[in-house]
Amino acid sequence: MRMIIVAGTPGSGKTAVLIHALKNLKERGLKSSVVKIDCLYTDDGKKFEKIGIPTKVGLSMDMCPDHFAIYNIEDMIEWAEENNSECLVVETAGLCHRCAPYTVNSLGVCVIDATSGPNTPLKVGPFLSTADIAVITKGDMISQAEREIFRERVLEVNPKCKVIDANGLSGQGCIELAEEIYKSEEVSLEEEKLRHSAPLAVCTLCVGETKVNKKHHRGILRKIDGFQTYQGE
Amino acid sequence: MIEKVTVIGGYNKQGEEEPVKKVVIKKGEIVGVVGPTGSGKSSLIGDIEQLAQNDTFSKRKILINDEEPSYDDRTNPRKKMVAQLSQNMNFLADMSVGDFLSLHAKCRGANSKCVNAVIKLANTLTGEPIKKDHELTILSGGQSRALMVADVAIISDSPIVLIDEIENAGIRKHDALKVLSGHGKIVMVVTHDPVLALMTDRRIVMRSGGMEKVISTTKSEKSISQELSRIDDLMMSLRDKVRNGEVIDNIKMDGVNL
Repeated sequence: MRMIIVAGTPGSGKTAVLIHALKNLKERGLKSSVVKIDCLYTDDGKKFEKIGIPTKVGLSMDMCPDHFAIYNIEDMIEWAEENNSECLVVETAGLCHRCAPYTVNSLGVCVIDATSGPNTPLKVGPFLSTADIAVITKGDMISQAEREIFRERVLEVNPKCKVIDANGLSGQGCIELAEEIYKSEEVSLEEEKLRHSAPLAVCTLCVGETKVNKKHHRGILRKIDGFQTYQGE
Repeated sequence: MIEKVTVIGGYNKQGEEEPVKKVVIKKGEIVGVVGPTGSGKSSLIGDIEQLAQNDTFSKRKILINDEEPSYDDRTNPRKKMVAQLSQNMNFLADMSVGDFLSLHAKCRGANSKCVNAVIKLANTLTGEPIKKDHELTILSGGQSRALMVADVAIISDSPIVLIDEIENAGIRKHDALKVLSGHGKIVMVVTHDPVLALMTDRRIVMRSGGMEKVISTTKSEKSISQELSRIDDLMMSLRDKVRNGEVIDNIKMDGVNL
């Protein structure tokens, strides 16, 4: 089973780009299944089903969608096998983009919106820096100079990635992405690891505390001055 | 060395084959792109900028010297053969003019010393001077446009130049066109302006997303173009006077019947 993990900022065009790419793969005879992970709501499942691709939707609700995606991966692969698919595509919404949901042997695809400004690639962290492919969308909305600077910034953060300029509306660039998916290798989950550890998140807020005062918080707390303390027993 | 660009026709907005099947543009030619709003002028320019390979809405294909460009030629800014001045002039970049230009120079493999030259050139095209430490986001429409013209001319110095509606910019359009269309380049100008349209060698007429026909500029159009340029110069000088708070008392012009 090929495993493609697609991450990206909300509204960057992950679904639009994937639909064009998966349509192309279907024409070439590669059977795919899609799992779409979102937080509260999505109707993207219908969009994938419209082009005849088995789709499952997972809503992570008040959990980090990337964490949710990671520990559900085995079930997703099983489901894709039941569909006789050769390729599982996991599209995850992501929240803070400090996580990189890619596993070592999967094909990690980061979709990033060029209109978000040329400093964005420097801000987003591992979800871009550990990706195999960076798909840059909405380039048609900015000037050529800004587009080129954005691309340069992406390569500064991740010099080894392949950059694909794509347009989710026209489908431009999506055939290139399809080609990369087609060429990607089979993954076995035995011993498979994440490329980057998920961010530290063990504090009272993680288990539902809503009070803001310092005295209510326990766990590993990092102060704004850079010091880190453990509060608790 | 780029000798020619070939545009192989695709489909219009209705999904019908476009009437013009093929346009070949040779080195040194200036070609206009005309047509009503929404007729697909900017899309045609966009297809050429991306060196489309049947992968855009129009399904057009662009060849360079009769060959398909490689993926690297299409995407690597250091190898890019096309410079484009688009209508998208709203800078999203939160940085200074100087930083922006040196970053762009780096992308294009140009010397960072050219930053001052770009600003100097831009200031010849616009009324209000641009400074190196200005934030991009505070530039006026005219300043942004002038800066982009100078950026395209100096930093993105490419053999193919695409210009989208330079007349809307509030800058000196003839000077800008001269700056952009260097010797031996292939130049395409999208325009609604008869002065610019008649200055070109040929013009592609667009309709509902497709290339409708190609008109070669006639001899009489060429001489009309010179007359129009004089009227345009008059309009420009009047515009400057109005801008500077002067009162207009006559609009006499030699050899033109008003």
